[in-house]
Amino acid sequence: MTIYWKLIWAYIKIGIFGFGGGYAMLSLVEKSVVGPGWISETMFTDIVAISQMTPGPIGINSATYIGYVAPGSVNPELTGIGWGIMGSLLATLAVVIPSFILVLYSSHFIRRHSESGAIKAIFSGLRPVVVGLIASAAIMLMNAANFNPNGISWQLWTNIVICAIAFCLVYFKFPWRGKKINIHPIMVIVMAGIAGYLIYGL
Amino acid sequence: MSRPLRGGTFFQTMKIEKEQNTVNQPEGSYWELFSCFFKIGLFTFGGGWAMISIIEREIVDKHHWIERDDFLDLLAIAQSLPGILAVNIATAVGDKIKGGKGSMISAAGTILPSFLIILFIAIFLTPDMIKNNRVISSIFMGIRPAVVALIIAPVITSAKAAKLKWKTVWIPFIVALLISLDMGTVSNPILYIVLGGLGGFLMWWLPSRKRKSNQ
Repeated sequence: MTIYWKLIWAYIKIGIFGFGGGYAMLSLVEKSVVGPGWISETMFTDIVAISQMTPGPIGINSATYIGYVAPGSVNPELTGIGWGIMGSLLATLAVVIPSFILVLYSSHFIRRHSESGAIKAIFSGLRPVVVGLIASAAIMLMNAANFNPNGISWQLWTNIVICAIAFCLVYFKFPWRGKKINIHPIMVIVMAGIAGYLIYGL
Repeated sequence: MSRPLRGGTFFQTMKIEKEQNTVNQPEGSYWELFSCFFKIGLFTFGGGWAMISIIEREIVDKHHWIERDDFLDLLAIAQSLPGILAVNIATAVGDKIKGGKGSMISAAGTILPSFLIILFIAIFLTPDMIKNNRVISSIFMGIRPAVVALIIAPVITSAKAAKLKWKTVWIPFIVALLISLDMGTVSNPILYIVLGGLGGFLMWWLPSRKRKSNQ
């Protein structure tokens, strides 16, 4: 049973000290789950690869997967679907709950003082910064892993075109049966996936 | 500012909170909120920033649950706290729309799709079946560049919502540049959130202090 407590503790720590979300958290996750020998280094790399191929935040993906696998790999008696699901559930809740409470507490505090000049002033200073943060996220994702994973130049250009078309579809309005409509971002992701299959999968 | 209210009395804050609750409460059921965030969780690839486009479309444009500039403030809160960004955003947005219960529902909605999918993979498949699957990897080769576009679009919409003036328009550029240089402390987003908040506070506090001393 102790593995479950260790799992909970490890993921609470990841939830509290993992700033910046996503890939910034990965090294912390790696240290806390590969270090104690819950999973092997190769398996960790596999989990990262799967996270990139499934929806959802990588923090949740890793907590769910490692929570499922870890009990069985530490203690063979704890193999099986029931033990695994319990680990998944506990690890996922452990990584989520600390920040959930923090966010809730701070947004309540801020709402209670939302009419104060100080809070208004602070947020007016924050807004330009947030725009910069979103821009930095976009810039950092313009990397080889997203645009040119195989190092082939026609694929690079194809992916740039996919990105440009996707941007136009999300950003601009298009005339459709006399109305101007926006195309839903989810629709754009679905279309990009189909395009990817047609271009790279056939 | 018409009301130079610092802190305010207990009853004033109670009244303000009540007013805001009545403004925010009526639209949308809990079920709508859950299904909205379930959709968002299901189609969020590549981390929390990628969900901004979908949240803007669903929460701001379609349901009008939140104003765009309020959404920016929530993003600032979500990013400055530790934890998983996507969950933080969902929590802050859900709380703004429907209070504590709403935040739980929207956080659960965001987490559930990836939890169920990963659980399915862990139970029934081996990592190799996903990793080396030609169909899945080709689909994702198309999705990844599109996700980047989904983050570029909100840069522009949020820049409009932030009502940048000549005095502040340089800030996003500098922040984006320094963070994407990826140089340790200089590139830590928290640093710029602290500086931005501090800057905004000083711009308000210093003039008001001067005014007081002149009186």
